Amino acid sequence: MSCVTPLRLHKGLAEQGPHIAPNAHTLSEAFARHPADASTVGFVLSRLPRGTAPVLWVQDRLSRKEAGRPALAAMRADRPVIMVDLSRAMDVLWAMEDGLRCRSLGAVIGEIWGDPPGLDFTATKRLALRAEAGDLPCWLIRRAASPDLSAARERWRIASIPSVPHPHDPQAPGAPRWALDLFRARHTRPGQWVASYDRATDRVDLAAPVRDRAVDARDGTARERTAG
Amino acid sequence: MRVMERQGNAPPDDIPVVLAREGQHGPVIHAANRTARLKGITPGSRVVDMRAICPELQVAYADEAGDHAALDRLVLWARRWCPWTVRDGNDGLILDTTGADHLWGGEAAMLVEMETQLSLLGLTARLAVAPTWGAAWALARFGPVRAMCGMDEIYFKLGALPVAGLRLDAATLLLLRRLGLKTIGAVMDVPRLSLTRRFVKAGVQANPLIRLDQLMGKLAEPVSSVDAKPVIRAQARLAEPIFDPTPHLPDLCADLCDQLKQTGQGCRRLHLTVYRTDGDVSHVDVATSAPTHDPAHLQGLFRDRLERINPGFGFDLITLAAGAVEEMQDRQTRLEGGADDDLHLTQLIDRLSAKFGPRAVTRPILRQSHLPERAEARIAALATIPETGVVLTKERPLRLLDHPEEVRVLYAVPEGPPAQFVWRRQTHRVARYAGPERIAPEWWKDRPGTRLRDYFKVENQAGLRLWLYREGLHEDGRGGDPRWFVHGFFA
Repeated sequence: MSCVTPLRLHKGLAEQGPHIAPNAHTLSEAFARHPADASTVGFVLSRLPRGTAPVLWVQDRLSRKEAGRPALAAMRADRPVIMVDLSRAMDVLWAMEDGLRCRSLGAVIGEIWGDPPGLDFTATKRLALRAEAGDLPCWLIRRAASPDLSAARERWRIASIPSVPHPHDPQAPGAPRWALDLFRARHTRPGQWVASYDRATDRVDLAAPVRDRAVDARDGTARERTAG
Repeated sequence: MRVMERQGNAPPDDIPVVLAREGQHGPVIHAANRTARLKGITPGSRVVDMRAICPELQVAYADEAGDHAALDRLVLWARRWCPWTVRDGNDGLILDTTGADHLWGGEAAMLVEMETQLSLLGLTARLAVAPTWGAAWALARFGPVRAMCGMDEIYFKLGALPVAGLRLDAATLLLLRRLGLKTIGAVMDVPRLSLTRRFVKAGVQANPLIRLDQLMGKLAEPVSSVDAKPVIRAQARLAEPIFDPTPHLPDLCADLCDQLKQTGQGCRRLHLTVYRTDGDVSHVDVATSAPTHDPAHLQGLFRDRLERINPGFGFDLITLAAGAVEEMQDRQTRLEGGADDDLHLTQLIDRLSAKFGPRAVTRPILRQSHLPERAEARIAALATIPETGVVLTKERPLRLLDHPEEVRVLYAVPEGPPAQFVWRRQTHRVARYAGPERIAPEWWKDRPGTRLRDYFKVENQAGLRLWLYREGLHEDGRGGDPRWFVHGFFA
């Protein structure tokens, strides 16, 4: 990450600049660049629709062991989570598919470690069709995985990058910042963004895509250069 | 008739064993075996007092609710002798054998038959036949073995029994004993007028006159028999032995659900039993999280479970029985006929629990604790949430590791987190950090010597945000140098 352009765009101004299409409630895949990176989970949670319907969260054993379990203390309190702890990736897919048939859920999130042989185009296509039939957002979080053939309608690659400077403490990390890479999308144009997440308001602010270009002399203050 | 405590693995008869229950001032004796009774141990007295009398006394706690349920089952089991049976207190059964004794060859033969059958169940019983409930109660407890008594013999046969046979409470018994009335006959001989005057305001339990009238048959005391719940079961008898019950399952489920719907009930458990031709029996049980009578849902719970049945040489009888039957009302929330949305969620949880086991499907809730690993509890997915009133003020990571992973410190600094450390074979350089947040051990739960933790939110050079903690302090006298752990990840 050589440099982050500090141009900030509001979510509402999305028409002119980079934008993320409104979620069409389908299957999306999110690849974590580092297995222990929680930015993937943070981004997925920020993209879920508001509401108090429970979230079905299915994890396989390796994801739980290597990347931990979702901690309720950092999530929104009004949305209950139903955790399903499984051992095999095929069971995760089975449980997700079953969950997508249930209309009283708010979302279905699955975490799969690596590239299991059962997770192929057919399996993802089943999930995508089910998600679209039930109009439920479905996210597949993948770690230590290679983006093979998949029927996911949106495929993201997400990584943490150094955070926004803390407003009061120069030593401390501030609001988290993520490098988003939508490398395949069916209903929208692929693109790259830098997002900063405001935890208090549960809002994602999109910055301009990361490009290799000269730093504008006007913006390149010393503080931001060290942050980048 | 008296049912003694049923014991699973019976201790030897020569050891004094008692069952205890919680009393007002510590445990009291609930029941005692014969050896203990011979040593002077009386039910109702305190365990510590009886230990002083008999130091080798063995004490086990009584399962009163279990005894109660067992006695209720025994009430239904005793219907083999007569149609009217009822539980009498905590330790007896009353059978109204009027018109049924000749089927067993007379009353004496019937008593022998009953005692034989009950002893085959492993129960010691004291039996008596009498024309009234009260007389049978007294004769069974205080009379001779297999006592029989006709209507005209009540006065003679019960007159010699102690006054405790009148089913009175302890205070009234004490009063009667102080009055010098020791036998039932003595109470009978007291003029009726003076008894009425004395006990005019007393209730049934404390009124010897009412009890006497019940015993003599002057007051009616009918046996109101409870109805057994009908067993809801569907079965398929097959002409030829088969190896796979799957094709018969839809019909069985539909049949069972029809029976449930007719009575307005739903079941929480299903027991599928196959009877093999070689005489062996296999079971498959499934459970649901809410009462249901939806055949398609119940059928789906057996998916992938039937493969575990070992068919042997095939089976020719399949039964499907409903367990834990509860009242259930169908709720219709939408005008066009759709049912409640909740139903789908319970069905989903049933399916997941049936396939992966009930421990795999849980719901995390917050708990009142500062330690991060104790701040979350797992409850059943559809359980009601207890109000904990947890208020979160500090920032917490989005992911927590079940077991914190130790890091190797490369470059320690006196204050704050290490400047460099190795975790999962990668070197991380700390660019920025926030903290510490000190979390002390919970002394009321942790073992002594548990070290405190200082938590830091740490960001490395690539932007990965970790939750590091140092366990203990230098020179805190609780082990060597403090160690560092990774406990979670921030978004």
